[in-house]
Amino acid sequence: MSRDATATRPPSLAAIAARGGPPPAIDRPVKIQAEGLNFYYGGTRALEDISIRIHSNVVTAFIGPSGCGKSTFLRTLNRMNDIIPGTCAEGKVLVDGVDIYKPGVDVVELRRRVGMVFQKSNPFPKSVFDNVAYGLRINGMAGSHSELAARVEESLRQAALWDEVKDRLHDSALAMSGGQQQRLCIARALAVRPDILLMDEPASALDPIATQRIEELVYDLKTTYTILIVTHNMQQAARVSDYTAFFWLGRLIEYDRTEKMFTAPAETLTEDYVTGRFG
Amino acid sequence: MNATARRRALDLLFQLLAMLILCLALGSLAALVATVWSDGADRLSWDFLTGFPSRRAEDAGIWHALAGSMFVILTTGGLAVPIGVASAIYLEEYGTRSLSARIIEFNITNLAAVPSIIYGLLGLWLFVRVMAMGRSVLAGASTLALLVLPVVILSTREALRAVPSSIRESSYALGATKWQTVWHQVLPVALPGILTGVILALSRAIGETAPLISIGALTFVAFAPDSLWSPFTVLPIQIFNWVSRPQLAFQANAAAAILVLLALLLTMNAAAIWLRDRYQKKLV
Repeated sequence: MSRDATATRPPSLAAIAARGGPPPAIDRPVKIQAEGLNFYYGGTRALEDISIRIHSNVVTAFIGPSGCGKSTFLRTLNRMNDIIPGTCAEGKVLVDGVDIYKPGVDVVELRRRVGMVFQKSNPFPKSVFDNVAYGLRINGMAGSHSELAARVEESLRQAALWDEVKDRLHDSALAMSGGQQQRLCIARALAVRPDILLMDEPASALDPIATQRIEELVYDLKTTYTILIVTHNMQQAARVSDYTAFFWLGRLIEYDRTEKMFTAPAETLTEDYVTGRFG
Repeated sequence: MNATARRRALDLLFQLLAMLILCLALGSLAALVATVWSDGADRLSWDFLTGFPSRRAEDAGIWHALAGSMFVILTTGGLAVPIGVASAIYLEEYGTRSLSARIIEFNITNLAAVPSIIYGLLGLWLFVRVMAMGRSVLAGASTLALLVLPVVILSTREALRAVPSSIRESSYALGATKWQTVWHQVLPVALPGILTGVILALSRAIGETAPLISIGALTFVAFAPDSLWSPFTVLPIQIFNWVSRPQLAFQANAAAAILVLLALLLTMNAAAIWLRDRYQKKLV
């Protein structure tokens, strides 16, 4: 790999397109596939021609400097961007082979299947129990109260929070610590039994111990879920993910196995970013 | 004087100025209440509260007007709150992007500043004549409801806007529909703010005289209203009525009625604060 003064210029789109598309061989089925995805905030193009295949039951990390489009891309996958006025998506996003942007898609059902955890933990100003039960209630997923309680417990256990909150299920969720609140948000997302979990910098506001717990959780959850995680933290991406995608100025620059991305990336730009030379 | 000392002096000066203005405002209010109290406190009695109008000042009571005020204000609330809150939810949660919603919003802001007598004239034409409600409680309450609707809508919109967008996002992300999000998450958080706006609006309505005079509530009414179709009068009109009499004894009656109206207002506001605090505690 040669490195010179022009190293930080992005590779041409043609070069990316020629190489892009299929990621390295893997034995798991494709869960999410974007094809030529463009995304606009008003007149600004935030994503340029993104094509990527994300595999089932692995953790895929999205890295890149602020404003590179990684969070925007994450939010196109459950159409959360629809809420923002003046936005528009072009191209295809297939989840389990179905284009989620084609007319007639049930966005509400899509969002149940594609769960999301936000950067800032945002529990509802309700009790711990009601936070987890909310998704079950609105989706009509629990018939009786005992069934509801069982599902809430199951979700809290999955999020490794049950032992800490079992005696105060009916206290306000806002009284918990930041790390507990974030795990509650994970439990809340898991309660409605999604297949995919989108995590938008889930640990960026947490202390190292709480961060470690979230990372352990991600590791445990990938046997059941397909996890996509946006992070600013290189070490975190290296620790938790199987695959890493590097975004830069709205483009997908490189996407490969995490160990390859961090040890022998194909693009100089990726190497410069993961070694901390910019970003 | 160096710069730091001057800054501190200015700071102190501003504080004193603000306190002076506050004292001025509260002082004139206190003087007003004290005058009314000294004029009317002697007339306050159970008989005064439960009595009916009379030609003799010392026999006259205000039950007809007090009951009229409470009946009218409850009906006004019953009409204005559901319509106002629903309109605000539409404008804030559903229609924010459309041009028509923006035109409507602009007009509502203007409507909040229209003099109340205009609403009275509208009420006279629309409710009393066209809809043939006559000079009834329903016509009066409908007129007042029109008057306070802009205030209810605007304050509800403010309360909805103050709900953090993260709450909406996390609800949508769980597969909630718009209505589920509004009903289960946004409204409960906005409720204290909505309540405050509603009570302020109703407090304004309870003191209104002009629109009710213009729909004909001034006519002599000797009995408390017993249905939505009854003729009625309200406390401010009774006060206006008594103040315009030359006899001193009626002036004392007016002062006593003002005290009753103030007490009613204070009770309403206290109830609002109590409700708001109760909901806020429940949420945090």
